[in-house]
Amino acid sequence: MSKRIDVKKTYKLFIGGAFPRTESGRTYEVKNSKGIFIANPCMASRKDLKDAVVAARAAQTGWSQATAYNRGQILYRIAEMLEGRRDQFIAEICELTGVTPKKASDEVEASIDLLVWYAGWTDKISALDGATNPVAGPYYNFTIPEALGVVGFIAPKKSPLLGFVAGVAPIIASGNTVIALASESAPLPAMSFAEVIATSDVPSGVINILTGKSTELAPWFASHMDIDGLDITGLDTKLITEIKVAGAQNLKRIHSFKEVATPGRILAFMESKTVWHPIGI
Amino acid sequence: MSFEYAPAPESRASVSIKPKYGHYIGGKFVAGEKHFPTINPATEEILSSIALGGKKEIDAAVKAAKKALDLHWSKLSGRERGKYLFRIARILQERAREFAVLESLDNGKPIRESRDVDVPLAAAHFFYHAGWADKLEYAGVGTNAKAHGVVGQIIPWNFPLLMLAWKVAPALATGNTVVLKPAETTPLTALLFAEVCEQAGLPAGVVNIVTGDGSTGALIVNHPGINKIAFTGSTEVGKIIAQAVAGTSKSVTLELGGKAANVVFEDAAIDESVEGIVNGIFFNQGHVCCAGSRLVIQESISDEFIKKLQKRMEKIRVGDPLDKNTDLGAINSRAQLDKIKELTLAGDTEGAERWSPECALPTKGFWFAPTIFTGVTQSHRIAREEIFGPVLSVLTFRTPQEGIDKANNTPFGLSAGVWSEKGSKILWASQKLKAGVIWANTFNKFDPTSPFGGYKESGWGREGGRHGLTAYLKGVTHE
Repeated sequence: MSKRIDVKKTYKLFIGGAFPRTESGRTYEVKNSKGIFIANPCMASRKDLKDAVVAARAAQTGWSQATAYNRGQILYRIAEMLEGRRDQFIAEICELTGVTPKKASDEVEASIDLLVWYAGWTDKISALDGATNPVAGPYYNFTIPEALGVVGFIAPKKSPLLGFVAGVAPIIASGNTVIALASESAPLPAMSFAEVIATSDVPSGVINILTGKSTELAPWFASHMDIDGLDITGLDTKLITEIKVAGAQNLKRIHSFKEVATPGRILAFMESKTVWHPIGI
Repeated sequence: MSFEYAPAPESRASVSIKPKYGHYIGGKFVAGEKHFPTINPATEEILSSIALGGKKEIDAAVKAAKKALDLHWSKLSGRERGKYLFRIARILQERAREFAVLESLDNGKPIRESRDVDVPLAAAHFFYHAGWADKLEYAGVGTNAKAHGVVGQIIPWNFPLLMLAWKVAPALATGNTVVLKPAETTPLTALLFAEVCEQAGLPAGVVNIVTGDGSTGALIVNHPGINKIAFTGSTEVGKIIAQAVAGTSKSVTLELGGKAANVVFEDAAIDESVEGIVNGIFFNQGHVCCAGSRLVIQESISDEFIKKLQKRMEKIRVGDPLDKNTDLGAINSRAQLDKIKELTLAGDTEGAERWSPECALPTKGFWFAPTIFTGVTQSHRIAREEIFGPVLSVLTFRTPQEGIDKANNTPFGLSAGVWSEKGSKILWASQKLKAGVIWANTFNKFDPTSPFGGYKESGWGREGGRHGLTAYLKGVTHE
C-alpha cells in the first residue's frame, strides 16, 4: 500500500467571523525550520485591513456592552477550546520554529493559562482602576475605565502563539475589538487560533486576524482614522517613529509591552470616564 | 420698570505690574532680549512688556531644572517636598485677590470667575497634590514610582493660573522639576507665581518660567534635556507635538480641544437645564476646551426651550471684567475674536440662523455678544469645529439614540452634558457618550480630586485625581 497523502490546510484570513482569502490574491511562502515548504498564507492588503476595521467597528458596541461576566466566560471558553487542541498547536509550533516539543508544549500551556488569567480580569479591572472622587461640593463623582474602541495589534515575531494571545486577550478583555497582524515569519499558529476563536462564542468581528508583511501593513494600521489604539509590541524598532508620526493624525493610543501578564496591558487600551451628578433633594 | 445695575468695579490697587518682565530661571529673573506687549483685552491698554524666550533661555531653564533636580529636589523626601506645595497653596490663598485681579486684567475674564473659580481651584490643586507627595507608592504604579525628571509644560490663555496649577502641582508632588511656558497673551499671573515660589522658599530651579510664543513652546518640546511634555491647547498643536516626540523617550500628556454636546432630554427640568446650558457655553466667554458648545435637544421641547434660553441670555451682562456684576468678559485677543467672527460667518452662510440679545458692547477692546445658532446641521462648520467663544450651536433629535449619535459625531471627546430627571436615562446616556468627563444635570464643574481629560482627538491622559498623578510618574507597566 502506498503512503497516505496528507490533506493540507489552506491558511486564510479571519475577518468578521469568516475566513476569506485576501482580496489582493497575494500569498507568501512559509517554510519550516528546515527550509521545507509548509504553506502559502495570505499577504493581506490595505483593503483587507479596511474590511477588518469595518468588521471590528461594527462589533465593538455590542462587545463592549456585553457584561464583563459574559466577556470573561467567552475568554475562558477560548482557553477551553485551545486546551482541547493542544497537540495540534504543539506540532505546528515545533514544525514552524524548530523548538523542542517540550518548549512548544510550554508555550501552548502558557497561552491557555494566560487566557484564563485575562478571563478573570474582565470583571475586576474597574475595581482596580475606577474611583469615587471626593469633590469639594454636593456632587457624586466617579471615574470608570471604559473600552477604547477598535485596536490594532502587530504581533511579535517570536512565540507565535503566546505573543499573539498576550496581545489579543487583554485588548478584548475590556470590550475593545481587535485587528491582529500575525507574526510575519510564523503566522500559522495565529491562523489556527482563528479556528479556536470561531468555536468559542466570540462574536463575529471581535477578533480579526491578518497575515502579511508588517512593513507594508503597519503604516496603514497607524494612519487608519477608525483605529483608536495600536499595540506595536511586534513592530520592527526601525519603524516606531514613522508609525507614531502617522498615528498622531487621530492621536492614536500607541503602546508596546514587555510583560505578557499585566493589567497594564488592559488599561493601556481603556479610557477613563468621569461622571458628575448633583446630590440634593 | 427695570432696575439697572450700578457699576461695581473691583479695585486694581492690589496689583502692581512692572513695565517689563524677564524670565524666571534658576530662581532669578533674567532679562530677556526681545520683548512683546501683553495687553488688557477689555481696553487694549498695554499692561507690560514680556520677554520672548529663545534657544538660549530654554537651554538655561532646562539646565537650571536639571541642576535643581539632581542637587535638591530628588534628594528631598516626599514629606518635605509636600510641605513646599502646602506652602504654595497657602500663599495663593493669601494673595488670592491680587491674583484674581491680575488674571482678569490680563485675560479679560470676569472678576467673579477669576475670584470664585480660577484662583481658589488653583490653590486647591496645590493643596491636593501636596498630600500625594509622600504617598506615591500608593498611586497605583508600583512601589518604585519615580519622577520623569525635567518636565516641559506649555499652557493656554483661557485659565492661565489654573492651568499652571494643574501642571506644576502634580509635577512637583511627584518629584519632577519644571520648565513652564505661559501663553503669549496671558503671562502675568505665571510671572507673579514666581514670587510665590520665592516666598515659599522653593529651591532655585525647581520651577522655571520662560515666556514667549509658539516658537518658544516648540523649543521646549524639542529640547533633548526634557523628559516629559505636558501640553494644554489646540488639537492641531497637540498633533504636531505628538509627531515631534514620536520615537523619542519623552513621555507626553495632551489636553486638547473639544466640541462638547449638552444633551437635553424631554424629561429634563427645563429651567435648571437652561441655567446649565448658559453656564456651559458662556462661562469664561466660551474660552473653555470642555465648553458645552453644542446644544443637542429633543425636538418635542426645543421651541419652548429656545425661548427660555433666549430670555435668559437677555439677562447676561457683558462688559468690564473687573465689574463684580459682569457675566461675560472680553474675548482674550484680536486673533481669537477674528476666529470667532470667521466661524460665525460660516454659520450664516451655511444656513444656520443666528440670534443674539440686544447688548451694547464697549467700543474699545475685543468683544463678542452671546450668540446662538438654531437650525444647525451636523455638517455645518459651527457644529464640527471648536469656536472657543460664546457661541452655541443648536441641533435637535427625536429618539434618545439619535441624540447620543449626534453628540458623539465629532472627532473630539473631552466632555458632554446630560439633562434628564430620569436616573436610568442619565446612566444610559453617560455610558454611551464618548467623552472623558460627563456632567449630568450640571456642567463645567472641576475639582482636583476628579480626573479630567478626553477621549479621541481631545488628548492623551488625565489631569487631576490619582489618574492625573500617574502621568508624572514612571513605572507604569506599559512602555
